[in-house]
Amino acid sequence: MSDLARIRELSNSACIVGVDESDEIGTLPGKSQLTLHIEAITNAARDAGLKVSDIDGIFTAGQHSPATIGEAIGVVPRYVDGTTVGGCSFIIMVGHAVLALHHGLCDVAVVCHGESGRSGVGVSPRRDTALSGQFEFPYGFGGAPTYFGLITTRHMHEHGTTLEQWAQVAVSTRKWAALNPKARNREPLTVKDVLDSRPVVWPFNILNICLVTDAGGAVLLTRADRAKDCAKKPIYVRGAGEGSEHVMLTQMRNLTFSEATRLSGEKAFAMAGVKGTDFDHIMLYDAFTSGPPLMLESLGIAKRGEGVHHFAEGRSTPGGKLPINTNGGGLSYTHSGMYGIFPIIEATRQLRGECGARQVPKAKLSLVNGMGGMLSAAGTLVLSNER
Amino acid sequence: MDLERPLPNPITPESRPYWEGARAGKLMIPKCRACGKPFMYPRVACPFCASRDIGWVQATGRGRLFSFEIAHQILNKAFKVRTPVVLAMVELEEGPRLLTNLVGIEPDPKQIRCDMPVEVCFEKLTDEVSLPMFRPVTGGTR
Repeated sequence: MSDLARIRELSNSACIVGVDESDEIGTLPGKSQLTLHIEAITNAARDAGLKVSDIDGIFTAGQHSPATIGEAIGVVPRYVDGTTVGGCSFIIMVGHAVLALHHGLCDVAVVCHGESGRSGVGVSPRRDTALSGQFEFPYGFGGAPTYFGLITTRHMHEHGTTLEQWAQVAVSTRKWAALNPKARNREPLTVKDVLDSRPVVWPFNILNICLVTDAGGAVLLTRADRAKDCAKKPIYVRGAGEGSEHVMLTQMRNLTFSEATRLSGEKAFAMAGVKGTDFDHIMLYDAFTSGPPLMLESLGIAKRGEGVHHFAEGRSTPGGKLPINTNGGGLSYTHSGMYGIFPIIEATRQLRGECGARQVPKAKLSLVNGMGGMLSAAGTLVLSNER
Repeated sequence: MDLERPLPNPITPESRPYWEGARAGKLMIPKCRACGKPFMYPRVACPFCASRDIGWVQATGRGRLFSFEIAHQILNKAFKVRTPVVLAMVELEEGPRLLTNLVGIEPDPKQIRCDMPVEVCFEKLTDEVSLPMFRPVTGGTR
C-alpha cells in the first residue's frame, strides 16, 4: 500500500461528536485552570450525549499532563498524548486521536484545554529558558509580540504589506465577534481605531494583538461507526496534518513563510483529497493580525504577499464569499494563551449549523489551521458534515 | 550594581566561548569542521550535517538588519532601558542570525530599513559580561 493510501484510510474514520467551552470564558479570578479544564470536558461530554466515564483516551497540552486530567475526571485512560508544541497542539492532537481511534487504542478521545491565562490561578510557569535567557531576554525580547513583530516587519519589507492591511484583519474579525454572544469585545471597530490604538511593539498596536483571557475548551471524538449513536450530527475529520520547524525565531528558514504550516496543510489536504480552494469556511489562529494572512500564504491558499487580500472588501466578513474566524477569533472572542482548541469548536458548530446570527449558510467544508509559537509548529484539519 | 538589562542567564557550557569572546570584544561563532558552515546558537552538533566536530571562528561583525521592531513597552521587568527600544534580527555576513538591539539610530520606522548594513559593537554590562549589539554602518567610518 502506498503512503498516500495508508493516510487516506484514516480520512473520515473518526468524528468530532462533542465540543464546548468552560462554563464561562473571560476574566475569571475565581477559577483555577484545572477547573476551567474539567468544566470544558464535562460540558463537551454532555454535548456529545456521552458520559465522562466513557472517555478512555486523553490528549492535552500545556501545563496539565494527560495524567493530571485523567486523575481529575476519575478516568484511567487506555491512551495518553501530551504533545506540547504551542497553541496548535490541540489541532495536531485531533489527528493523533483519529489515529488512535482508528487502530482501536481508545474508543472515546478527549482533546482538552484549560488555561488561566489572564488571572493566573493555579499557574506555575516552568520551562527551559537557557536559550532565550542567553540570546533574547538581555535585549528586551520576551512575550509573543516581540517575536511576531519581526516576522511582520520583514513581510512588509518583502511584499509591501501595510499597517492598514493588517488592521483590516482586526476589523473583519470584530464583525464576527459582534454576532457571537460569547465574544469578549463586540463593539464596532474601524481601521483608524486600530491604527490609533496604543502602540505596543511597532508594527503592532494593542488592537493588532489577541486578547488575554481565562478559558477552557474540549473536543470529543469517536470512530465514525460509533458516532451516529451520539447526540449531535457527527463532524468528520477528513484530513489532519502537522509540522514543526523551529522554536527560536533566528532558526526559522524563511521569516515570512512557515514551513511547518505548509507541511501541515499539504498532509491534511492530501488525506482529505481536497484543494486549498475547496473550503467554504476557514478558522485561522489569530494571535496577531498578520498571522492569518501569512497562514493563507504558507498553506498555498493565497500567493506570497497576497494573504491580506482575503480580508479586503468584505470577503472574509459576515455575508462574504469566504468567511474567516467566525467566532471573533483570538483578537475579539477569547485567547487564553494556547488558543488552538477554540477554532476546532467553532468549525464544528458551524458545520452542525448551530451558530445563529453568525451561521455561515450551507457550510460543508471547513479548514482549521493553527500555529504553535511563532509559526514554529502548525496543525491543519479538514472537517466536514458529510463524508 | 543596578543593571539596566537582565544578564544572559544561564550561560551554558556550550555557549561559553561566545560569551568569553564578547567580553574580549570579539564576536565568536561556532563553525562545523565537517561541512564548513557557521551557525548560531552554539550546540554540540551541527544543525546542517549533524557532525560533532565543531570549532569556533571570529565573525567579521558585519551583517544586515534582517528585521526590526520598536518596543514601546517591555514585559520583562528586569529590562529597564528606556523605551522606545529597537529590537532587531541581524543576519551576519557568515549567515547565522542573531536577535539583538539596534543602537545609534532614532527609534523611528521611517529611518530604519530592513537590509541596511550594520556592524557589531559591545555594551559592557559587568566585568564578566559584554553584550553584542549592532549599529548602522555609516558611510565614512570604514
